[in-house]
Amino acid sequence: MSLPEDIQVTDIDVLVIGGGTAGPMAAVTAKEENPELSVMLLEKANVKRSGAISMGMDGLNNAVIPGHATVEDYVKEITIANDGIVLQKGVKAYAERSFPMIEKLDSWGVHFQKDETGDYDVKKVHHLGTYVLPMPEGHNVKKILYRRLRRNRVIVENRYQATRLMKDKDGVISGCVAINTRTAEVIVIRAKSVIMCTGAAGRIGLPASGYLYGTYEMPANCGDGHAMAYHAGAELTGLECYQINPLLKDYNGPACAYVTGPLGGYTANGKGDRFIECDYWSGQMMMEFYKELESGDGPVFLKLDHLAEETIQEIEHVLHTNERPSRGRFHDSRGTDYRTKMVEMHISEIGFCSGHSASGVWVNEKGETTVPGLYGCGDMASIPHNYMLGAFVYGQICGESAAAFSADRAFADIDIEFVIAEKERLLAPLNRTDGIPPNQFEYKVRRLVNDYLQPPKVTKKMDIGLERLREMKKDIPFLYARDPHELLRANEAQSILDCAEMAAVASMYRTESRWGLYHYYVDYPETNNEEWNCHVQLYKNHVGEMECKKIPVAPYEIELDDTEKDAYNQLRIKEAV
Amino acid sequence: MPVAQQISTVPVIVDDDKCIAEKGCRTCIDVCPLDVLDINPETGKAHMKYDECWYCMPCEVDCPTDAVTVEIPYLLK
Repeated sequence: MSLPEDIQVTDIDVLVIGGGTAGPMAAVTAKEENPELSVMLLEKANVKRSGAISMGMDGLNNAVIPGHATVEDYVKEITIANDGIVLQKGVKAYAERSFPMIEKLDSWGVHFQKDETGDYDVKKVHHLGTYVLPMPEGHNVKKILYRRLRRNRVIVENRYQATRLMKDKDGVISGCVAINTRTAEVIVIRAKSVIMCTGAAGRIGLPASGYLYGTYEMPANCGDGHAMAYHAGAELTGLECYQINPLLKDYNGPACAYVTGPLGGYTANGKGDRFIECDYWSGQMMMEFYKELESGDGPVFLKLDHLAEETIQEIEHVLHTNERPSRGRFHDSRGTDYRTKMVEMHISEIGFCSGHSASGVWVNEKGETTVPGLYGCGDMASIPHNYMLGAFVYGQICGESAAAFSADRAFADIDIEFVIAEKERLLAPLNRTDGIPPNQFEYKVRRLVNDYLQPPKVTKKMDIGLERLREMKKDIPFLYARDPHELLRANEAQSILDCAEMAAVASMYRTESRWGLYHYYVDYPETNNEEWNCHVQLYKNHVGEMECKKIPVAPYEIELDDTEKDAYNQLRIKEAV
Repeated sequence: MPVAQQISTVPVIVDDDKCIAEKGCRTCIDVCPLDVLDINPETGKAHMKYDECWYCMPCEVDCPTDAVTVEIPYLLK
């Protein structure tokens, strides 16, 4: 059997899937490592403005800068914030490269805030250490990355969505199938190594507004990578540790305590009082936030109305020109002025995002997944609390690892049956004349996630949710798309369904509560370190079923003191006696 | 499974007088991370074809003639 002639095949040494934050860094690094390699960056949108930082970023949330923080302190803080379930080697590898990466970005023209002596102007937001570095001029990060891609002759392919990874007969990664989002042309890319940088799975739950795209995460980041990795046999980890964030209600963007906190703003309850000691996002902090929302002292607000005019102007400048600049417009339309009114906050829908929590495709300190030749970085890969700087660092690590892997490998034969079947699967919704529109299918999946899977988690509810979600697989043969754009949404909706199923299965497997609100399991309200001080890995087993297993937490590189372990469990402000 | 046609108000507004799509400009369409803008076949100008917006603003910021305005989607305004 030969491949149909209308399926174009491209051979590439290093294939990078996803051109947001980690992807461009991975691609540039692979070229810097070995300029002889061909490196392709495949992007579902356009690399110029794709991913979570299309409008830039207002700061680094995890800068480990000598003189302000140490690698040891950072590794400890992230270990404590994640209730001990971390691959410390992975966090340490990030921390060690954090400052060199800041210097690299600085040399590329990314501006960070410095004080009058020229030192980095680092702020304290975390519970213990000092790691936040403002970037008031951070709106141009994507432009700077784009210039580097061009300079290093990375091949950029925009508007292609990767849909399934390919492996050779030995189980080593060998490329992917992809589809053009505007023409529905199906292509094959043979690659000697693949780096996935597909972002968070941020479109699993339904925002309170009911608007499908009003998510916290950039909604193109819908879990394509999580689903692809799962179907390729890679292990995912910590999926029961959801990402849930405190946000501006309805706008659903960050209230940005990281920006406002160092300037005197804070999270307050309905009475205008502080109720948490620290605004750094953690499951424990979210638990206190949730309790306050549900209490008579709710709802919760961002309080800035006590600040001086010049401080408010500084906050407005940063928040309304950077990262999510339409924030100002949102406030204007409601007549909300930081000077006179507290801003109502709420909690986000659930998602998977290692940038903020700890879930995703399992990777080690070299960026390796459990599939040989497949690497992962950014919000989709499992190194916790990585944020933007971690995406850059792990993009770099994966670029180095993949370049080395590709150096002495040949292209594998294409599994023609697999490609033909994938093409048929992909194009089926276009070939129907009626059926279920992708937006309705997606809405239903996400509504079920909200109804049954978001915390507080209850076994009986999750049982029902999982059953309903699995029933929806029977609807896939009825998905109907009128054009390639709707087909893109149909494919995304299937990734979302896969992720929802993973969220349920992983959550029910870990029969304890951990990480504050992220895995608040009502049937098992206590943390059980004897049985569950371990990672939960989720994978497709040999008969194609979703399965979980425990793996031990690797011995710590940096031990915690007994007095430190509980720090993140004491976030609520103590009442005066 | 028969389908219905429904309408929705969209958050991205293009000023047809300022839009220079007829000169070949595709900037807003190219930069949209969600690929929801397109040429309106009736006017030849850019418009929002799909109501799937993250109100992220590259279309507005990158437009060379200031023809694009991003509003907050009605459901969350």
